[in-house]
Amino acid sequence: MNKEYDLIVVGAGHAGCEAANAAGKMGSSVLLITMDMNKIAHMSCNPAMGGIAKGQIVREIDALGGGSGIVSDKSTIQFRMLNRSKGAAMWSPRTQNDRFVFSYEWRLLLEKNPNVDFWQDNVNEILIENGKACGVKVSLGISFRSKAVVITSGTFLNGKIHIGEKNFGGGRVGESASKGITEQLVTMGFVSGRMKTGTPPRIDGRSLNYTKMEVQEGDLNPGKFSFSKETKSVVNQKHCWITYTNDTVHEILKEGFEKSPMYAGRISGLGPRYCPSIEDKINRFAERERHQLFIEPEGWSTVEIYVNGFSTSLPEDIQIKALKLVPGFEQAKMFRPGYAIEYDYFPPTQLKLSLETNLIEHLYFAGQINGTTGYEEAACQGLMAGINAHLKINQQEALVLGREEAYIGVLIDDLVTKGTDEPYRMFTSRAEYRILLRQDNADIRLTEKGVQIGLASKEALERVNMKINQTENLIKTFKETSVKPKDINAKLMELSTSEIPQNYKIDQIVSRPQVGIMDLIDINPINKIVDGIDEEVLLQTEIRIKYEGYLEKEVEQANKMKKLEYIKLGNTIDYSLIQSLSIEAREKLNKHKPETLGQASRISGISPSDISILMVHLGR
Amino acid sequence: MPKETESCAESITFVPMNYSKTQLGETICALATPSGVGAIGVIRVSGPKALEICNSCFKGADLTQVAGHTLHFGKILDGTEWIDEVLAAVFVGPKSYTGEHTVELSGHGSPYILKRILEVLVKQGARMAQPGEFTLRSFLNGKMDLTQAEAVADLIASQSSATHQSALQQMRGGFSKQLSVLREKLVNFASLIELELDFSEEDVEFASRKDLTALVQQLIVNLSVLIDSFAYGNAIKNGIPTVIAGKPNAGKSTLLNALLQDERALVSDIAGTTRDVIEEGFVIEGVLFRLIDTAGIREGSADIIENMGIEKTMERIQQASIVLYVFDAASTSLESLQAELQSFNNLQAVVVPVANKIDLLNNAPLFESIPGLVAISSKEKLGLAHLEKALLEIVNKEQVKNDVLVTNLRHFEALTHARNALQAVIQSMEMGRSGELLAFDIRKALHHLGEITGEITTDDLLGNIFSKFCIGK
Repeated sequence: MNKEYDLIVVGAGHAGCEAANAAGKMGSSVLLITMDMNKIAHMSCNPAMGGIAKGQIVREIDALGGGSGIVSDKSTIQFRMLNRSKGAAMWSPRTQNDRFVFSYEWRLLLEKNPNVDFWQDNVNEILIENGKACGVKVSLGISFRSKAVVITSGTFLNGKIHIGEKNFGGGRVGESASKGITEQLVTMGFVSGRMKTGTPPRIDGRSLNYTKMEVQEGDLNPGKFSFSKETKSVVNQKHCWITYTNDTVHEILKEGFEKSPMYAGRISGLGPRYCPSIEDKINRFAERERHQLFIEPEGWSTVEIYVNGFSTSLPEDIQIKALKLVPGFEQAKMFRPGYAIEYDYFPPTQLKLSLETNLIEHLYFAGQINGTTGYEEAACQGLMAGINAHLKINQQEALVLGREEAYIGVLIDDLVTKGTDEPYRMFTSRAEYRILLRQDNADIRLTEKGVQIGLASKEALERVNMKINQTENLIKTFKETSVKPKDINAKLMELSTSEIPQNYKIDQIVSRPQVGIMDLIDINPINKIVDGIDEEVLLQTEIRIKYEGYLEKEVEQANKMKKLEYIKLGNTIDYSLIQSLSIEAREKLNKHKPETLGQASRISGISPSDISILMVHLGR
Repeated sequence: MPKETESCAESITFVPMNYSKTQLGETICALATPSGVGAIGVIRVSGPKALEICNSCFKGADLTQVAGHTLHFGKILDGTEWIDEVLAAVFVGPKSYTGEHTVELSGHGSPYILKRILEVLVKQGARMAQPGEFTLRSFLNGKMDLTQAEAVADLIASQSSATHQSALQQMRGGFSKQLSVLREKLVNFASLIELELDFSEEDVEFASRKDLTALVQQLIVNLSVLIDSFAYGNAIKNGIPTVIAGKPNAGKSTLLNALLQDERALVSDIAGTTRDVIEEGFVIEGVLFRLIDTAGIREGSADIIENMGIEKTMERIQQASIVLYVFDAASTSLESLQAELQSFNNLQAVVVPVANKIDLLNNAPLFESIPGLVAISSKEKLGLAHLEKALLEIVNKEQVKNDVLVTNLRHFEALTHARNALQAVIQSMEMGRSGELLAFDIRKALHHLGEITGEITTDDLLGNIFSKFCIGK
């Protein structure tokens, strides 16, 4: 048994798998330790990947050379491009996945990586020498040594599950919690906190009456996450269903309120506002007569159903009693009840932008331990932690993505700069440069970086360069080639946009909000120009033309912002002494200790005049 | 010390990048009342050693031991030489205007005596303050925010009580209140757009484009009220430009002199005497007017210099808020007056027809049909009170429309940029552009408003969304 590794990754969820895979691909010898080898990359909550802002993250992970995109594609049972009615910058891919295939494919991917070893056990101590992490000790008493350690503990650190008035220790239902690490880290000076999340009941699909529900089908022309040719779009898709709660459901649920761990104050952790339990929804939005429920199959062949929108920690008898009043659920049988779980996290302001901890060198945190929620958020942190641990032990500079480069950059900067009081989820509104950070150009933004650090393949870069060249050529042709009124006016009328009185350049037509290139592929001379050109290039061209002006302005703003990023603040300033700052600014700056003026400017409550004052003080 | 009593004539230059820690460690002193002979003169001393320095030349109570906000009688000595009897007001930091230890010495108003006191203070270790340095320290010590500091700068520079009022209003938060209303509306609007983008899959009702357009238009109206008040706010700060115009020898300069009770303008009976433009500040009940006497408007004058003067006259009339159109009541017919007044119709300014030389008029008044006419004799000083009243009424009418005034250029610019961004939003909506492009301009508007109120962050928007909409599966 090998006991010496470059990197040890603790936990094999979405973060852990990405960390181990990346470091292994880059050449580190990796030991991935999990409490249960059968739960690798387990989808503990809903069986889906991506969605608005999250889909963009999966594409970014794929562009850098991570595994989530490929695994998601290989386990897809339904694909939808969300936000299609908005501009292309907002398009967000989302898949329903077979939970079992997803887990299996991740394990397969890792097993194919000769640098990755596995060990099944519970880690209860991090080995630290001279302020550096150098291995872990597992419950069997064995010590494994390494040059760096990545902790991806998910909900397992002192996890506590609540169902009604019952509560018990556990990292997930049926799995035990992990103890020891929080206590050790707190002794060393780390600050820990509690967070809360929840999951809905799982139902026997054979007991449901789908005729009473609305069907939700996948896209007619499904896409996929990975830019690589390794995966293909899903062919036959499974349906999801939509149904609604009603007054009677709400009345039954209210019966259970006094036994609710949340309202009885038994849960101290803070839950996310955007993923509320059903009891929270009917409590906070009492005026709403119904709430939407998405009925999602857990896989190709299983009958297990996920009731999206019905997260709850009420007593199980109340859960099933209320569910049976939902249309289509009259005969519902439950596999297991929904529950709430509380777990330890470490406020991420204790991290560097590389995800290394400030206190202990060579120790990295990723995923829910940093206060985030969501598979995609966890996976991208795992990827960055794995990359940066590898770079660090090879004396290379950390890879830090800018806010103008990737949602991943936005996420990590937000966490490290501002911290979070509730489980952090990505939204497109968190990004300043939303039009730059699109799902369609994640490869253009990041593949080169992935190649530079030795993670993404050279072939991927060649593909990207071809995409860039073809797009530039097509834009040029569109700017130079005219279309005649007689060829296009009928089409323009059909699209309810004004006809052209004389010859127009093609790009002028494409720039209209009502027109897409795909609408024009039969129009002379566009039909000849686009013949044989990849759909991806067509989309890229269309986006570039439609967002012309906006793209340039965002780049300009990003450059302005970057100037503030270069002004270092250091963490020795005592902001409470700078009396001209607002009291709020003083408190927040002292709390967050931003590394740069740019980070300071993004802390809520810090005004531009506070930034000017800081510049005054730095000028001394 | 209440801020309102700040009256030293210092102007503030807010580029303190090079204001060093050593400078802040120094004790500064300056005359706090206007220079010149007055009944008393006040010298302010501020800084870490203010109490010690004053005490070392003060014969009376031990100023380093007395409580803050107390007044002490004593003598200022230069060595053994007795310079003046003074009252020393002691403010122990941080409870002072600057946030530092401060002493205000009220002595007799002789420039010589005050100069001697300053010399003694400098000898004891203080240094002369730079213009605006007291306010700068107050700002750096957190005694006021940037908006307030700017208001103080306006207050100090204020020449009339109307300026004073608007500066005070800004300091006390009238402006901030308007802004917070604006901010809330804008946050709500931005939230509605972000809601569509980030939560399109949610079971919430999205605002219609029609409702959104109405909301932005409302915002634009609110912004415009503030923006438009800038011209007026600026006018009362610098004086409301009031041009005295009329034909040669209508008595324009005589009117100026009569109002100013001063022989400022050269007066003669020869038509075309005023070739240059003469400007004077003139206060009526606390409102500052900038009276501008001009060369007479006479077509086809052969005198080149006079023609140049007339060109300037036309320029001034274009820029004026008020035009006093003076004419000779004795030699003007109703028809020709009506024709002359009509030529002002395209102006922004309010035109007041002023019938002059009524002392030469024996008959019943000819011009009753002209609205707003004021009849005077500037030579005999008749009807001047009526004219002043007419001027005040014009100003007060404007003031009712704008109870909050924007007087600060930085605020004006930020508000204007915010409005431009919102106009781009309207345009995008008309063109049917999608939400992320609307959001692009809304964010710009938020940013510019944030330049005054403090940044509006994504967290604010998300917080607003989560509090108003049931989000989440």
